[in-house]
Amino acid sequence: MAFSRRLFLKNAGLGLLALGLPPSFVVRAAEGEKKNRGRILVVVFQRGGMDGLNAVIPFKEPAYYSLRPSIAIPEPASGEERSIDLDGFYALHPALAPLKSLFDQRRLAIIHATGSPDNTRSHFDAQDYMELGTPGVKNTPDGWLGRCLTKNKDDSTPFRAVALSARLPRILAGSARALTMTSVEEFRFRNESFATTLQKLYATSGDPLMQGGAKSLFEGMTVLKQIASSIPPATESYPNGRFGASLREISRLIKANIGLEIAFTEIEGWDTHVNEGGATGQMANRLKELAEGLSAFYRDLGDRTEEVVVITLSEFGRTARENGNRGTDHGHANVMFVLGGSVKGGKVYGRWPGLEPEVLYEGRDLNLTTDFRAVCGEILSRHMGQKDLGRVFPGYKLPARPLGIVV
Amino acid sequence: MMSLLIQDQKIIHFLNRISFGATQEEIEKIARMGTPAYLEEQLHPERIPDPLAEEKLRGLKTVRLSSKELFELYPPPNQAKSQGLTISPQMQGPRYVILELQQARLLRAVYSQRQLYEVMVDFWTNHFNVFAAKGADRWLVTSYDRDTIRPHALGRFRELLLTTAQSPAMLFYLDNWMSVSSDAPVRQLTTNGKPPARRGINENYARELLELHTLGVDGGYAQKDVEEVARCFTGWTIRRPRGEAEFRFEPRMHDRGEKVVLGTKIPAGGGMEDGVKVIDLLARHSSTARFIATKLVRRFVADDPPASLVAKAMEAFRQSDGDLKAVVRAIVSAPDFHSPQAFGAKVKKPLEFVASALRTVAADTDAAPPLLRYLARMGEPLFLSQSPTGYPDAGSSWISPDTLLTRMNFAVDLASNRIPGTRVNHEVDPLVLAAPEFQRR
Repeated sequence: MAFSRRLFLKNAGLGLLALGLPPSFVVRAAEGEKKNRGRILVVVFQRGGMDGLNAVIPFKEPAYYSLRPSIAIPEPASGEERSIDLDGFYALHPALAPLKSLFDQRRLAIIHATGSPDNTRSHFDAQDYMELGTPGVKNTPDGWLGRCLTKNKDDSTPFRAVALSARLPRILAGSARALTMTSVEEFRFRNESFATTLQKLYATSGDPLMQGGAKSLFEGMTVLKQIASSIPPATESYPNGRFGASLREISRLIKANIGLEIAFTEIEGWDTHVNEGGATGQMANRLKELAEGLSAFYRDLGDRTEEVVVITLSEFGRTARENGNRGTDHGHANVMFVLGGSVKGGKVYGRWPGLEPEVLYEGRDLNLTTDFRAVCGEILSRHMGQKDLGRVFPGYKLPARPLGIVV
Repeated sequence: MMSLLIQDQKIIHFLNRISFGATQEEIEKIARMGTPAYLEEQLHPERIPDPLAEEKLRGLKTVRLSSKELFELYPPPNQAKSQGLTISPQMQGPRYVILELQQARLLRAVYSQRQLYEVMVDFWTNHFNVFAAKGADRWLVTSYDRDTIRPHALGRFRELLLTTAQSPAMLFYLDNWMSVSSDAPVRQLTTNGKPPARRGINENYARELLELHTLGVDGGYAQKDVEEVARCFTGWTIRRPRGEAEFRFEPRMHDRGEKVVLGTKIPAGGGMEDGVKVIDLLARHSSTARFIATKLVRRFVADDPPASLVAKAMEAFRQSDGDLKAVVRAIVSAPDFHSPQAFGAKVKKPLEFVASALRTVAADTDAAPPLLRYLARMGEPLFLSQSPTGYPDAGSSWISPDTLLTRMNFAVDLASNRIPGTRVNHEVDPLVLAAPEFQRR
């Protein structure tokens, strides 16, 4: 702790002093260090339902190749466009190559046959269940990421939870206030002279929805104004597009030490009913963006990787058998990636259920052997220090034997 | 005096729900002719002359072209280059087509006299969402808006449903055009070394038809029904998505076996009528009446639709065999429509917020990209909802720190004439447009 405190004073303090900011702020920031440099959870939602069977390929499972004659990814020993061997049974899709070194460094863990136990194949319901954290229960008023914030700590920073999106995702809906932004630079008023009046108008509106949104907005703006110029630019190059840009902003917010605990971002385009492609093509392009984004983010974190865990979620997997259009329809269990300095990676977790007709879920999809809440719950408790998992995932009991994904 | 105020408030509430924002002119018109007569007029858009909107849309040439013409005139950018096309809109290819479609939607929301009709068009655009940036849909959504949604927006639900089911835009978006019976003869595709076309159903459309277009997710269907419905619609395809984009039934792709949909047997040996039978079954199903009634009450009254109003709307739907005029009339004429809790209870979606602000300041606008960009930043780039659910209607989806910031910035930029292509004619304090009250209707 002493070391990190010194480091903090050196990095942040010198930077701020050089900018001529009042020393009192530096002192306050340093006092807030313990609070402001805590553990961080980043959740990436892959909307549309990723085809987990083609992301992390069970190449030793013969049924995989017979079920998917035109979209299967060739096994690692084959020639062109082959998958990347992980452990002799599973292999990575070639477009996920940037993740291989993280797997080898034991910083990336993979969970197979995981997801939400509810049998819905509706995008909307499945995403809702996964974001609310209550599969099968729709009227849950708030999201599970929102629930891990409340009561946990004081609300002194408006940056505890940030979604890199214009609209607030369901996963952060609820009592705790969350900030949404597209980028640090764009988060500002076009005309400051109205700000004070607007702040009052919203604060006294008696309209809880507007009040809540505006409170986070104005508080976030105040903090950002004080430190905006000291937020470091990204040192890594991220893939083009919104996903890469959002990870870049998350990394900057982490380095800005403004108390970020939870960040959320999403990547669309996984609903591959037609021409999903194999080693190249539609899904490969998505995987490439995902992998390049995550690996750039990890490198960009530099000495902060121990503090951060990234989890990927997607509402459901896809049919084990390819459909008539070289694509896959909505299915069940899927793959999750968990990345971070404190992750016990280099391993594919979860029991493999097989792909034989009699073990497929409802005769068509990969069966589920690990509830996504088991993975998230373990990370919340071990990495984030969350004590009240019963409130985060009501009605769910973590398995007696932990998976052991985080140290 | 008191009752007069209440009367005015009622008119404003009514207008804010059936239009893209009350204006002084319309308030006076209702005061003159009475709400019932005004509503009847709005329910018959074809009787309302609309010269201003027509004038505003005159320059948008692509909204009048067929899909085939659009594909030929606005080919993909790389193709345009090789054809030596140098006119700048054409160089943008299909992006320009989508841009004009977005402009037309916003201009109509602001300027059309047929306000209730435009509200319904927006409602159905989201209910029967098609993502305009998906492949061939870039050239198909113009016709989808003009020839599929708009002719039926205040017509019969069954016709609307059938027209969407046969629209090239929907067939392409939800992949039904490629759904093939697993017993179909394999066509040998030998061109450019591709393997033979595979057989098998694609259940994408069938699922969304049940979940999003008709019964609702809890409307009482099972995975088996999804598969059976998909079998019924095999062969509903498109002549050529890029080019001759017309609906076509292809018997060779069709599954001729017997199907059972929601307990109803569809005998073997059928052709295109299998799909039509499903449409009829769904359009008259009580879950559909409930689902559509609930969504319309949510649009016109409250995010949490009052059960009594939903029941009235359902009844109107059933009695009129899905006449949308009757359903809308039942909702907005009901006493609970004017209940005090309903006043200002709805959050304006970005399109509603931007259009109402432009109407409030009597803006002169061309709805060019600088204006459209605000809509995108507020979370509603028009025609570009990737998910088949379309844009949500519930207020909590639209208010976040970032969207509030964009709304405030838009209000200030608009009121101070800082949006290129948009001019204010009726000066308003920016705080009026940025205020929390103005975010609701």
